[in-house]
Amino acid sequence: MAKLKSKKFLSLDVIAPILVGVTVLLIWEISVRMTNTPPYILPSPLLVSKTLITDWNILFPALLITLKITVAAFMTAAISGLLIAMLMAQSKWIEKSLYPYAVVLQTTPIAAIAPLIIIWLRNNTFAALVTCAWIIAFFPIISNTTFGLNSLDANLSDLFRLYKASRWQTMLYLRLPSALPYFLAGLRISGGLALIGAVVAEFVAGTGGANSGIAYQMLIAGYNLQIPRMFAALFMISMLGILIFILLSTLSNLILGQWHESSLRRE
Amino acid sequence: MNVEPAISLIRVNKTFDNGTLALKDLNLNIYQSEFISLVGPSGCGKSSLLRIIAGLSSASSGKIQWSNNANQKEIAFVFQEAALMPWATVTDNIRLPLKLAGVPKKAADYSIKESLDLVGLSGFEQAYPRQLSGGMKMRVSIARALVTSPKILLMDEPFGALDDITRTKLNDELLALWSHKSWTVVFVTHNIYEAVYLSNRVIVMAARPGRVVADITIDEPLPRNEEFRDSQAYSAYCRKVASELSKAMN
Repeated sequence: MAKLKSKKFLSLDVIAPILVGVTVLLIWEISVRMTNTPPYILPSPLLVSKTLITDWNILFPALLITLKITVAAFMTAAISGLLIAMLMAQSKWIEKSLYPYAVVLQTTPIAAIAPLIIIWLRNNTFAALVTCAWIIAFFPIISNTTFGLNSLDANLSDLFRLYKASRWQTMLYLRLPSALPYFLAGLRISGGLALIGAVVAEFVAGTGGANSGIAYQMLIAGYNLQIPRMFAALFMISMLGILIFILLSTLSNLILGQWHESSLRRE
Repeated sequence: MNVEPAISLIRVNKTFDNGTLALKDLNLNIYQSEFISLVGPSGCGKSSLLRIIAGLSSASSGKIQWSNNANQKEIAFVFQEAALMPWATVTDNIRLPLKLAGVPKKAADYSIKESLDLVGLSGFEQAYPRQLSGGMKMRVSIARALVTSPKILLMDEPFGALDDITRTKLNDELLALWSHKSWTVVFVTHNIYEAVYLSNRVIVMAARPGRVVADITIDEPLPRNEEFRDSQAYSAYCRKVASELSKAMN
């Protein structure tokens, strides 16, 4: 009975968004045809998918480069965010002195400081792009993990005190496991932000040559009025973003599956 | 019973940061192997008193003396909630005190098994807390307290959140354990019947400020059973505690 029900929900979960998507694409295709809109203003979905296939050899390698920047920035953000959060959890003093600067980094528009970073790291464009994406991606991890490290069950912390647990034992056996769900939620947000950061940084940097990412391809396509290619690139970036989100959600469910409320279904 | 108390509280005062006087000039002797219950209305400081004995909170003034046979290292504490780590299995939850003390794994495994057997949890070693009922969780919590072979057991309304049937069952199990382990137990509850059923001594406390108003010895042999629950003596003791308690609340 329960199985049947979940299957029905699953199919609704899949069918409803597909239905909306197909309808929107149909309306888009029909209205472009009926109004004779030229492709350099708004290409039809069919033309975009054709372009996606014909330009695959240009777009896909570029996407891989952007992916590389995203992954590097995301990994750096995850590790540095976790370490900084652990450092801040050591004392209220450290937290109070560091946290405002994390906020400052987060609220500074990346498009404004990206040119500076690119100038400073002009010998290594890859590092410059990764740095920009990292600045955007690391804040959710710091803020979530700090929150998690501080939200301890009062009785459990008493228990650790009662048994004279050392600072390190408390960190390892109580605070880190308590923070894990928050850290994973941070990762999920940060994954998407790393991609956005990589794309924005590429736009600002406008790097050319053999190692240019998907955003640079979009930029060039825009200059050349190859609007269908721009749309195809945009589509690929969106798909990559969705893929990153799905991967991180799956990871989170795998890790928390056995114990955390958020991944449980009522039995 | 020893003449010298295992734990003596002498003129203990506790004032909270907000100025509330939680305990005022409290004197209490706790003897070895005694099962002692603290009952009283909420806000009478019974939980505060337990936390002070455990060293989780400090008295504002006064003294706590430990006899030579007892010390603060040999206590275990059972909280009102089971306070289990949701990410750890039953076994790993019970292992915690030993892990924190650096007990080698083999010795720890032995103690854990013994502890699991004591509370009747064999077969649930690999279960996670969320898979257990409230009563089972409390059993895990008690097993965790017992795993270090403590001499003194401090319990803060451990069965308060359970239904009556489970509570009665766990009361009997606790008494059975106590009778062959001869711990010193300090048990906080607001349930008069539970207090009388379990204890050698019931301490009635009053609120504002928290103080001891009556010290009633339950002079009936232990362990006890259903027969005792139906007896005249049991009802008489319950009435006595209840009347002291209602005096304390006025």
